[in-house]
Amino acid sequence: MRLKYLILGAAFAGLVSVDALTTKADAQDSIYVPLLTYRTGPFANSGIPLANGMRDYLVMLNERDGGIGGVKLNIEECETGYDTKKGVECYESIKGKNPTVINPYSTGITLQLIPKAAVDKIPILSMAYGLSASAVGEKFPWIFNPPATYWDGLSMIFRYIGGKEGGLDKLKGKTIGFIFLESGYGREPLPLLNQFAKDYGFNVKEYSVAGKEMQDQSAQWLSVRRDRPDWMIMWGWGAMNPTAVKRAAENGYPMDHFVGIWWSGSDDDARGGGKEAKGYLSLNINGIGDNYPALKDIKKHVVDTGKSQVDKEKFAENLYNRGIYNSVLIAEAIRNAQKLSGKKVVAGPEVRRGLESLTISEARWKELGLSGFGAPITNVSCADHNGHHSAYMQQWDGAKWVKISDWIAPMKDKVRPLLEKDADDYVTKNAGWPKRTEPCDKSS
Amino acid sequence: MFYREVGQYKTSYASDLAIFPILQDRIGIIVIVIAAYVLGWTANDFVLNAMMIPFLIFTLAAIGLNILTGYTGLLSLGTGAFMGVGAYACYKLTTYFPGVNIIIWIIASGFFSALVGIIFGLPSLRIKGFYLAVATLAAQFFLEWCFIRIPWLYNYNTSAAIEVPSRTLFGIPVTGANATAETRYLIVLTIVIAMTWTASNIVHGRIGRMWMAVRDMDIAAELMGIRLLPTKLLAFAVSSFYCGVAGAMLVFLWYGGAESTVFSINQSFSILFMVIIGGLGSLLGSYFGAALIFMLPIVLRFVPPHLGIPVHAATVEHITFMVVGALIVFFLIVEPHGLARLWQIAKQKLRVWPYPY
Amino acid sequence: MDILYKVLIDPFAQMVAAPDLLVQTLWEGLVGGMLYALIALGFVLIFKASGVFNFAQGIMVVFAALTLVGLHTAGLPAFAALALTIVVMFALAWSIERIVLRPLINQPDIILFMATFGLTYFLIGFGELIFGGDPKIMITEELYLPKGRINIPAFGGIVSLQKLDIAAAIIASAMVACLSVFFSKTRIGRALRAVADSHKAALSVGISLEQIWVIVWFAAGLVALVTGIMWGARSDVSFALDVIALKALPVLILGGFTSIPGAIVGGLIVGVGEKIAEFYWGPLIGGGTDSWFAFVIALVFLLFWPHGLFGEKIIERI
Repeated sequence: MRLKYLILGAAFAGLVSVDALTTKADAQDSIYVPLLTYRTGPFANSGIPLANGMRDYLVMLNERDGGIGGVKLNIEECETGYDTKKGVECYESIKGKNPTVINPYSTGITLQLIPKAAVDKIPILSMAYGLSASAVGEKFPWIFNPPATYWDGLSMIFRYIGGKEGGLDKLKGKTIGFIFLESGYGREPLPLLNQFAKDYGFNVKEYSVAGKEMQDQSAQWLSVRRDRPDWMIMWGWGAMNPTAVKRAAENGYPMDHFVGIWWSGSDDDARGGGKEAKGYLSLNINGIGDNYPALKDIKKHVVDTGKSQVDKEKFAENLYNRGIYNSVLIAEAIRNAQKLSGKKVVAGPEVRRGLESLTISEARWKELGLSGFGAPITNVSCADHNGHHSAYMQQWDGAKWVKISDWIAPMKDKVRPLLEKDADDYVTKNAGWPKRTEPCDKSS
Repeated sequence: MFYREVGQYKTSYASDLAIFPILQDRIGIIVIVIAAYVLGWTANDFVLNAMMIPFLIFTLAAIGLNILTGYTGLLSLGTGAFMGVGAYACYKLTTYFPGVNIIIWIIASGFFSALVGIIFGLPSLRIKGFYLAVATLAAQFFLEWCFIRIPWLYNYNTSAAIEVPSRTLFGIPVTGANATAETRYLIVLTIVIAMTWTASNIVHGRIGRMWMAVRDMDIAAELMGIRLLPTKLLAFAVSSFYCGVAGAMLVFLWYGGAESTVFSINQSFSILFMVIIGGLGSLLGSYFGAALIFMLPIVLRFVPPHLGIPVHAATVEHITFMVVGALIVFFLIVEPHGLARLWQIAKQKLRVWPYPY
Repeated sequence: MDILYKVLIDPFAQMVAAPDLLVQTLWEGLVGGMLYALIALGFVLIFKASGVFNFAQGIMVVFAALTLVGLHTAGLPAFAALALTIVVMFALAWSIERIVLRPLINQPDIILFMATFGLTYFLIGFGELIFGGDPKIMITEELYLPKGRINIPAFGGIVSLQKLDIAAAIIASAMVACLSVFFSKTRIGRALRAVADSHKAALSVGISLEQIWVIVWFAAGLVALVTGIMWGARSDVSFALDVIALKALPVLILGGFTSIPGAIVGGLIVGVGEKIAEFYWGPLIGGGTDSWFAFVIALVFLLFWPHGLFGEKIIERI
């Protein structure tokens, strides 16, 4: 008997799934914005605020303005769990529905999607992550990674360090420690770091943290104690960050000489270290706090009406705002695409053009109700899909992040040649890489 | 009613020992194979790309692990790493010899995996059971570390990842972004069918019987004159070969680019699930297990939104985890010998239907 | 020659030159090892009594810690939350026995092992559904766990001990002591050892297997709770924590699956070994060796003691 029910059940499940998978999306009278997010898995602590921020800003546009250019946004989240496999599933399920732009939110997923983007005509926006070389628009017409690459980030950190030391040439003979998550992301800055070491004559000490060891790190920080680096730079993500901050504090490392990249600067990262983490530095590309009219609108239209999944006390934390920043880029690209193409309902190819001539001037930031929230986006062009914009340094005061520097410009002259070389390298290794055929719009 | 063996006489030992002794089974298999090929031309991209291709690839890996765990009784948790060896080997081979057809390299990369499998299989002579499982974990973590710490393996790419170049077969692109889902599906299907057929011949032949003797009681097998070390190492080699090919296909014919994290311990575990849920020591079970473990979460994830049930993506994910976990336990309770055993019972019932005995 | 020098001589020279760092490394290794040992202890308890290789121990650690923090955030005072968490762990043990283990009595080990995988998945989904995936900060102060560190000027430098680590060491030793007394002196403990020797023989003298299983799973749950508090205080409480459970596996190999002292000694060896290796030899190959070094130590040990240092030697007969 049991068997019969099993068979019946299986048959039913099969029918339902076949039915579900064959139904196509409805005709489009809205702009489809898929968001690949991860609220589960080992990196959820970083993924949740990002997902909330991205979603809430777009929902707010729907609620307040009725979408963009009068067309509602159809926002759909797909959970990736920071897992490449699920990322592919998400991509395949999204692909057929005329997506405007895809935000993979994982370097692994980005790498996989890069070759597919040109074929499927879907632009990919990997905001300040992903493959740095994809900044070269000539080679990667469908990939965008504004506002800055990891190498820009590293060069900005060095500008800051140089400022504190009284000139980069003062670094001669000093030791700089680099602690990183053992992955493509963590290893990416190494070539530039080693070049800097040669240029300025300092020593580099590498401390790699395997994903599995994220929450321990005691051996790494003991080595830090032995090597006594003058500065520590961190490329961490997920649960690695709070642990590193804690261990640094425990080992008595001077926190104001410990600098993280923008992905190592969430509130949770520093909060775990408590008062001892005071002084910890991190780069940031977006404004902090909720003192912006647009954030007030989000609070009014989305959070207070219960349409958001964010915890009230985690509203407007750093990574939440990072998500907003990401959504501002998406929204502005869509707006720009509408303007360029004259169409109301836009999809991938138009949004690609929109991204390619994306400009957010200081005045525009103000119009958006986000005055000073991000550095003006002025340099994105056909050739440069990144723009190498500025970031600023923020410091943990024991309870919250405080902005402590002006916008710091990257050393574009050092970064760009490396990027070009890397892009060429990518193209030669991937024989048969398609030549760019997409025409170029004038920057608006 | 239709599933009867009446009138089918076995007139030779060979026909009595056939894998599919009943005519209907043989017809059924042919129909399924044809249907699988037809699917390549009819199904949409989502079904092929997100379901069928990975399902077949994971099936192959599950067959590989089944050879080791199901047939030889050696528990291994290093499957993910062995798949990784295949993928990285294939990448290096096609970098050095871009002229040779990629499909040859996909198959050839299995040999590298087999070699690594033999090295890590050496302790199996002295260690058994869960102790061996943990020993294979050493292989898993060490190889995973190598995949990222030896830049030579990924051609010094800044991304520290394998990037799959475009390769063609008779002028049709089979790897890289321009390869259509149909092409890749048909290649994967052909390789998996061919390798399943080979595996079936191995496990039903002399070697397979040696493996099973070792599994059932290794001391007794030794007394019967089976040399333990070569037998166990052969199992490691064949198993790793299958896993290696699966890994190479995973990257070259499905992902199209991969970081080392793809071959993590979770990959090993999920292959092990497939083997156990499907049925230890059954090739058919590997198919069932891969279907259940791989497809079930996809169906669970994508069905509720399609039916218009409004739930958050994350909630769906949480519930998926719970349901998968509960189903694993449920299936183990209903039939600890796996889905393959359920299938056998079903066939047996069908044979005597409508009578209970 | 240069390489030989770096591998064979330089690390030892460093040890002699900076004894304070050596002592510090040893201490960190011991603390880390003790926490591994705690997880391994959870495995051993269950394996001994029911022959189940409980893969869910890692997620039980996370689940226990999350419940504790979650209940406290919901407004309960810390110790009430602790008590309630203990009740939850008991309920968990009871339901596992009822729903998962009882129907699977007499199945092969690998099936039970697989069932605990199912359990792991279920608990991950369930825990995230209830508590959310974002990390929580362990309520150390509310539980009166000490903070800060003691700096001891010694060996020509400073050895700095975290007060929390010292507390963890004391609590862990106390718990191990209690467990050993419980299992060697009480009636239930004797019944447990009987079950470990033979299920059938135990049943035939009137020991209730079900009862024993609930008790061991509950004990493992308690161990998980303590482990969760300690690890949670060292980093934070999130689902990333369940990967540390994998670290208990080499410990089990070293100590043997069935020996409580083995788990402890094994944990300490693994902890100290991997920290020393990463600290002194890691830089030679670029660091990050601690992700696999423990397994290699275990593998080397296995070649000489196939059942671990303290494991029971199985005599096979045909």
